[in-house]
Amino acid sequence: MKAICFYFQIHQPFRLKRYRFFDIGNDHYYYDDFANDDIIERIATRSYIPAAQSLLKMIEESEGKFKCALSITGSALEQFEQYVPDMIDLLKKLATTGCVEFLSETYAHSLASLADPEEFISQVEAHKAKIKELFGQEPKVIRNTELIYSDEIAPLIGSMGYKGIITEGAKHILGWKSPNYVYAAATAPDVKLLLKNDKFSDDLSERFSNTTWDEYPLTADKYINWIASTPAEEQIVNLFMNLEVFGDFQPRETGIFQFLEALPRFAAEKGIEFITPAEAVAKLKAVDTLSVPFPMSWSDEERDVSAWLGNKLQKEAFEKLYSVSERVRLCDNRLLKQDWDRLQAADHFFYMSTKTSHAFSPYETPFEAFTNYMNVLADFIVRVEEQYPMSIDNEELSSLLTTIRNQEREIETLNKEAESMRKNIEHFNEEHLLREKQAEAEAAEKAPKVAKAPKAAKPKAEKAPKEKKAPAKKAAAKKEK
Amino acid sequence: MKALMYGWEFPPHILGGLGTASYGLTKGMWECGDMDITFVIPKPFGDEEKHFARIIGMSQVPVCWRDVSREYLQERIGNVMDPDLYYRLRDHIYADFNYMRTNDLGCIEFSGRYPDNLVEEINNYSICAGVVARTIDYDIIHSHDWLTYPAGIHSKQVSGKPLVIHVHATEFDRSRGKPNPTVFAIEKDGMNNADHIICVSNLTRDTVIHNYGIDPAKVTTVHNAVTPLTPEQLNVPEHKSKDKVVTFLGRITMQKGPEYFVEAAAKVLKNNPNVRFVMAGSGDMMNKMIMLAAERGIADRFHFPGFQRGSQVYEMLKASDVYVMPSVSEPFGISPLEAMQMGVPSIISKQSGCAEILDNVIKTDYWDIDAMADAINSIVTYPAMYNQLREDGLAEVNQITWDKAGRKVIDIYNKVLGR
Repeated sequence: MKAICFYFQIHQPFRLKRYRFFDIGNDHYYYDDFANDDIIERIATRSYIPAAQSLLKMIEESEGKFKCALSITGSALEQFEQYVPDMIDLLKKLATTGCVEFLSETYAHSLASLADPEEFISQVEAHKAKIKELFGQEPKVIRNTELIYSDEIAPLIGSMGYKGIITEGAKHILGWKSPNYVYAAATAPDVKLLLKNDKFSDDLSERFSNTTWDEYPLTADKYINWIASTPAEEQIVNLFMNLEVFGDFQPRETGIFQFLEALPRFAAEKGIEFITPAEAVAKLKAVDTLSVPFPMSWSDEERDVSAWLGNKLQKEAFEKLYSVSERVRLCDNRLLKQDWDRLQAADHFFYMSTKTSHAFSPYETPFEAFTNYMNVLADFIVRVEEQYPMSIDNEELSSLLTTIRNQEREIETLNKEAESMRKNIEHFNEEHLLREKQAEAEAAEKAPKVAKAPKAAKPKAEKAPKEKKAPAKKAAAKKEK
Repeated sequence: MKALMYGWEFPPHILGGLGTASYGLTKGMWECGDMDITFVIPKPFGDEEKHFARIIGMSQVPVCWRDVSREYLQERIGNVMDPDLYYRLRDHIYADFNYMRTNDLGCIEFSGRYPDNLVEEINNYSICAGVVARTIDYDIIHSHDWLTYPAGIHSKQVSGKPLVIHVHATEFDRSRGKPNPTVFAIEKDGMNNADHIICVSNLTRDTVIHNYGIDPAKVTTVHNAVTPLTPEQLNVPEHKSKDKVVTFLGRITMQKGPEYFVEAAAKVLKNNPNVRFVMAGSGDMMNKMIMLAAERGIADRFHFPGFQRGSQVYEMLKASDVYVMPSVSEPFGISPLEAMQMGVPSIISKQSGCAEILDNVIKTDYWDIDAMADAINSIVTYPAMYNQLREDGLAEVNQITWDKAGRKVIDIYNKVLGR
């Protein structure tokens, strides 16, 4: 039985506003709210919302036979919450059908997996929590930013308990092998790899509306036939693409939505089912291990990371950014952490690329992108420094912070101890007082003739009520707290 | 193919970009092969490069018949003209110009510069062109810039050969939109009479089409290029200071937007005191700029070394970390390409023609001093930015060669000649 595994990506970065060097130290708000609002609303109207509605319709019409996976970055979710709340509702509706699986990824759409494993893990955890909170699902499969994957990343992901990774089926890695099987990671054999089928994915994302393509026009019928005519033993066809393909890259008038909605019917005719990544990872066995010594991605002809870290500008900005990562983790300022997340978005580095055209860049040139980003980063670093001076190195700072935290704990235990001691003393005093009174009474009965005794007892008797009042007040105060 | 070119300047005696561009183009066309070019200039000095073009000086073209001996000619003008050519030219004097002031050889004297009586000199140039056009053999006429348009028109009328004019600049660029009517009339006349017009950038092409009302079909853009630097130019002594140096190099005139450079400098210095600014060159706005720098309180960091000649230009560039050309209207602007050849990152205004072909430079609007200051600061602060622009800029500028431009001009000739 052949199966199609669809996964759609949704991501929008927080674009930066024009930030001049003389703003450094004066202005700590970095985002172009107008552009962010405008872009996400436009794309949501053109693509995300109609595409999500199509998916919903397909699930309902096929009575749950159609399944797919979605991966939505934390920054996209935040922007939906802020600007397009309808989309969140729609996504929740998709989640309740049980036919849509939500994948894990880095919260900030960051390249942390290439520089900072600790940061990578914390971002994946943050994203997982966000998905759980919004959609009530616990992701089992992960896709790293831009499908970046290498042998180094696999064990990291394995250690977090994921069973599967979604990545690229790059020709230079596969060679003669087919992407239509499940593979296992060479460095973490328990983790399975689902590889993008470039040909079939790009037929939709790139060629669908190209009138000079010799297969134009592409119909659902023809497309499913192609998939059906792949060798029988190939069990899974992974179609991974951005959700914007529907309605934005391929505008509505190309008929892309009708094409999409027709797929389940033709698939059913050919006996092809739909499967989610988690199901695929659970059901299918890995045919082989796959070793990827250098990071690959789903971008550009090279399928490597040079779109983000290809030139000097990108490398410099990237290094500067992660040079403060440890320091930022030591801070506990919420705003600082939010900026830290948003500055890590891979998009900022993509805008600095000198090799491709900049269709999505808000900047005219990569140099402008670099200058603007570095100005923002300079201000950000100043703020990090303000938290803790840079003259202390990270290790020293970390040990000082542990000392401080330990001291806090110590002070707390000592306080508790002091408290209980005080109570003991009070108890002791009360008992002592009672005993004295008793003794006095006895003495008075026994020797009423002694004149001095009442004199000595009097001041003590006066003291006693005072001491009794004090603990009562304290107890009252505690209750108020 | 034989081309008759009219120009005003020719290296090494140049006053601006026109000479450099005419020279580069002529050489580039010669490199394409099968070109026989006669290049006419007002006044040659004898030290021009001659292997790729025949150079004729108007100041040696007789307009009045004088009986002079071969020996006298050899002694008098032998370094710039062959006596045989003089005799041939003398045989083609077409009218009586004895009323004009001529010298012992029957020639009109030219300054070869841009004197106050420029219009008179242009007229004289056109008179001499009549003689040249009747004497030598050519298939096409090519006039560089408005100074030589009348000569081109005259030659066309004499010979009936097609005229191509090359617009290196227009009066609209030089005057910031308030053209001198005389100059405008000469330009317009040239454009009307031309069979084809070559512009150095799309910016200039638009000006020609919209401000002179020329049919777009006969206007083509051929971007300028650069001649590779010689080892002497590349290896000039280096004077590196410990401060970063930001340089403006060019005529300090309205067209070049010097005041925006001063304002941007003031912005940079406010936050980043370890930068020095240099405004090299001379011009009618120089004193005003000195005043402005003083007014902004940056005179201690803002320097005016004056006009730079010869190798001083390259020394200046070599000592620079950033080159800025904030021109308000620049038909092409060859100087940022020269800076890039010296490995200096450049910031240019979007209103410059060269912005159309350069990628590894920073482009800002000339009036956007915030963007300009930001770009300057970025280059002097981030080594990655400096190195990226420097290395990729060098690679890019080395690809911009005159033979490619020459090839395009030859194609235009063929089109005009119907070949």
